[in-house]
Amino acid sequence: MYVHLPIAEMSVNIFLILGMGAGVGMLSGIFGVGGGFLMTPLLIFLGVPSPIAVGTEANQIVASSVSGVLAHWRRGNVDFKMGSVLLIGGLIGSTFGVYLFRELRSIGQIDLVIRLSYVIFLGAIGSMMMVESVRAIWRSRTPSGALRKLHQHNFLHGLPFKMRFRRSKLYTSALLPLGVGILVGILASIMGVGGGFVMVPAMIYLLGMPTAVVIGTSLFQIIFVTANATFFQAYLNQTVDIVLAVLLLVGAVIGAQFGTKIGGYLKGEQLRGLLALMVLGVCFKIGYDLWAMPADPYSIGQIMGH
Amino acid sequence: MLRVFTLMILAISLATTARAEPLLADLSESEIKITTGFTGAKVLLFGSIEGDGEVVIIVRGPNQTVPVRHKEQAAGIIYVNKRSVAFKDAPSYYHVMSSKPLDDWLPQHTRALFQIGVEHLKLPTVERVGPVVAADFREALIRNMQRIGRYGDVAGQVQFMGGQLFRADLYLPANVLTGFYNIDVLLVRDGDVKAIQSTPLLIDKAGLGATVYDLAYGYPALYGIAAIIIAILAGLAANAIFRNM
Repeated sequence: MYVHLPIAEMSVNIFLILGMGAGVGMLSGIFGVGGGFLMTPLLIFLGVPSPIAVGTEANQIVASSVSGVLAHWRRGNVDFKMGSVLLIGGLIGSTFGVYLFRELRSIGQIDLVIRLSYVIFLGAIGSMMMVESVRAIWRSRTPSGALRKLHQHNFLHGLPFKMRFRRSKLYTSALLPLGVGILVGILASIMGVGGGFVMVPAMIYLLGMPTAVVIGTSLFQIIFVTANATFFQAYLNQTVDIVLAVLLLVGAVIGAQFGTKIGGYLKGEQLRGLLALMVLGVCFKIGYDLWAMPADPYSIGQIMGH
Repeated sequence: MLRVFTLMILAISLATTARAEPLLADLSESEIKITTGFTGAKVLLFGSIEGDGEVVIIVRGPNQTVPVRHKEQAAGIIYVNKRSVAFKDAPSYYHVMSSKPLDDWLPQHTRALFQIGVEHLKLPTVERVGPVVAADFREALIRNMQRIGRYGDVAGQVQFMGGQLFRADLYLPANVLTGFYNIDVLLVRDGDVKAIQSTPLLIDKAGLGATVYDLAYGYPALYGIAAIIIAILAGLAANAIFRNM
């Protein structure tokens, strides 16, 4: 059964889209990630124009973060104060990101920037996760009693505008979460991701937040940032395909439920190792496509006047 | 515009000189609706000719400005879009069908006049570029359009039934653009176009897809808000459904 996507202006097999949604949803359930970094490249591989893949995926992430944050909220794992500071940064970043996107699209470089961002961020995060999980697996075999400090003190803690974040047990400069928020906001607009894969490590290692509140707080922030990105992508670029988004999120919601159950049976460090492999795989594929000689060096750009 | 004008003059002069209606043609449908289930369409074109001759059918979709970009290797590592040449008034759809493979029976000057065959398409560039560059980009535009099924010329698609009646199947791919399509049917005898008939075909979006499209382009702010609300409701619904499972 085929469905004609009104904004992407192409026909797709409805079951393929539902299946992709379910597959990525399942992975996001297993690993506790948003899945945008997998879904957007998959849509591009499928032939959806990359601007529409990015805009639509931002829309879908709004839905998955709403459904995810509620569970964390009930357990009190959302630091609203920290989330709000991150959010202010995120709104600035994502709005700026959409304007940047529009500019890059008009000069014909948006594809390149989307792909390069994926290679850089997936490569960096994937390698770090891989190293981390290999170390963790190795450490679990050789027990040692070294206690980790709550967080390291460095120059970042000398920045002005200090604020107290009770829920995160932190007293730190507001500039830091603001900066993280701006960066993640730009990524949301350019890459069509929630940015959890950048924000979660940044919150743990850079801000020093306790792990328990990290996921809930990042989901809280992601809802608003992806909603903002969705609005501006729709408003300025007309790149949000509601029909595609709905199909994806139906699949994703169902897949995520199964994923969460499967995830419960796997060990943390093995899980992270698998996720790292997958992230690196996507990174490699996109990188290879950029590096390899294209089948036709000429391509048709954004068509005007219809 | 000039092309339309030339054709009009020709059509009028042909109509006044040959009153015996040498050519009649029509479509099985005058309008195609792109609905949510649209996977492409087939339109039957049929007609009759007076006496003998060959039939050539030219289908053109609405004109648009199309930028063509050329990738070059940057820093010896990755391929990056470098030079770009935009073509104005390029048809979004262009197909030629004929009753006989296009060769000597149709002289080059006739093909050039009526733009029969991709090599005779008039594709002016927006900015002035050198002839060599223009030719490369022109070829690339045609090649890319052919790959996605927008351009093509296939011989032998017009079939005669009993000498006077003819029919042809016109296939429109799923990625076809909306707008007015123009279908010119030409009767060619002894290398000259003896008669010509133009038939419009309207391709339009309909149903849910049309509503979504119109909203997205007509009221983008409202569309953006609607997209967010739908996503939030879907997230809440998912949570409510699976909460106790």
